Amino acid sequence: MITHPKALELTTAVARWIDEMRPSLDPRNAFLARVSANALGVIGRELTLGPAAEAAATERLTVLLDYRGSFEDLNADLCRRLRAGEMTAETPGLLAALKANVLDQLAIDQPNYRHEGSSSFPA
Amino acid sequence: MSVDVLAALPRLAQRLGGEGAVLAAAERLSGGASMETWAFSVEAPGAARRDLILRRRAAPFDPDTARSISLSGEAALITAVRDTGAPAPPLVHLCDDQDGLGECHVTQRIAGETLGRRIVSDPRFDAVRPQLARQCGEIMAQIHATPPPAQAGLKSADFLGELARYEEVYRSSGAERPVLELAFQHLKTHAPEPASLVLLHGDFRNGNLMISPTTGVAAVLDWELSHIGDPAEDLGWICVNSWRFGRPDRPVGGFGDYADLLAGYEAAGGAPVSLKRLRTWQALGSLKWGVMCLMMYQSWASGLEASVERPMVGRRVSETEIDLVNLLEAGL
Repeated sequence: MITHPKALELTTAVARWIDEMRPSLDPRNAFLARVSANALGVIGRELTLGPAAEAAATERLTVLLDYRGSFEDLNADLCRRLRAGEMTAETPGLLAALKANVLDQLAIDQPNYRHEGSSSFPA
Repeated sequence: MSVDVLAALPRLAQRLGGEGAVLAAAERLSGGASMETWAFSVEAPGAARRDLILRRRAAPFDPDTARSISLSGEAALITAVRDTGAPAPPLVHLCDDQDGLGECHVTQRIAGETLGRRIVSDPRFDAVRPQLARQCGEIMAQIHATPPPAQAGLKSADFLGELARYEEVYRSSGAERPVLELAFQHLKTHAPEPASLVLLHGDFRNGNLMISPTTGVAAVLDWELSHIGDPAEDLGWICVNSWRFGRPDRPVGGFGDYADLLAGYEAAGGAPVSLKRLRTWQALGSLKWGVMCLMMYQSWASGLEASVERPMVGRRVSETEIDLVNLLEAGL
């Protein structure tokens, strides 16, 4: 893997440039520039947190479904069972596993999103 | 058909302001991709300056498949709800071919703030914030009591109908999201009893409200998703956590409590709605918003929309998933 620069350093540099230029833009483009900088933030967090999040999610689905497989296969099977009503909100361990997986995804997508389960609010 | 709005506005200004009227200012406000909103002002000799809003459809409109109503339908609607006392911006002009602007209408510009985060956290709104939830309940009761204008061509949808429609959209997306899957099945088996259907705003939330720092809710905006449905749909929608702007402890729009919303609703003549029923519709609201986020990503992936905003909204699905898990953990 190339380290001079690392991918994360490139996304950081581009996000900084976008922020510098934002004040000179019209309102519509300033809004889109902010969205673009946020997109680079998602990429950066996915680079650093993504592999561990997927490994942890795969492990949780393995425990829940009681067999080993790839994340994609386990996830698809879980969706099928939920759709068929074989698993419901009452299924032991289901909500806890889903919550842990979603929290890991949220840490990549929107780490500052505050919800009813947030440990403390307001920010 | 591409329209140069800035080139056409001076003519519209003259039509609205009469002899000698000129366009004093015009700018496109940021926001919607399918609907354009322009702020402009008209000055005429011997008359006060008029601050106006032009709402204009930027993409072609298909009444058979669109969920939104036409702008002429919206014009009829805001006129009708104003007759029962609900604060919609007064209609000034419904554009026709002569204006050369395509499908659009002009309303008065109401002063105030629409940015949800400011309404929730800016000290300027500290004084009115405690009244907002009750006001929202009162206004919803007024809207729900309005006879639906025939020319608006409104569609009807109840709980199971909405759920089925969004499930179909979810299936067509090809996405596999266990939380959304669970929510579809759970809400199907825990659907509220059907209610008498009424006129709904359809997108009544923090972000579509014009808030005055002195009087509170000055206007309810963006009526394009209005339809006939269950009163609890509007009540639940404003409580979806995605529009609480960092204040999940204030369930109504990030500014108020459930009890105030429901009390205002009943005090203004709305039929009583239980918190349980509201929260079930709130969960359907989060689920709908999650599917909409998926669809906005799809509209970019399919090449239909080019804006960077679209794929990024796709990363908001996880916010609806945590909100749904929280609701399911709490037994809704």
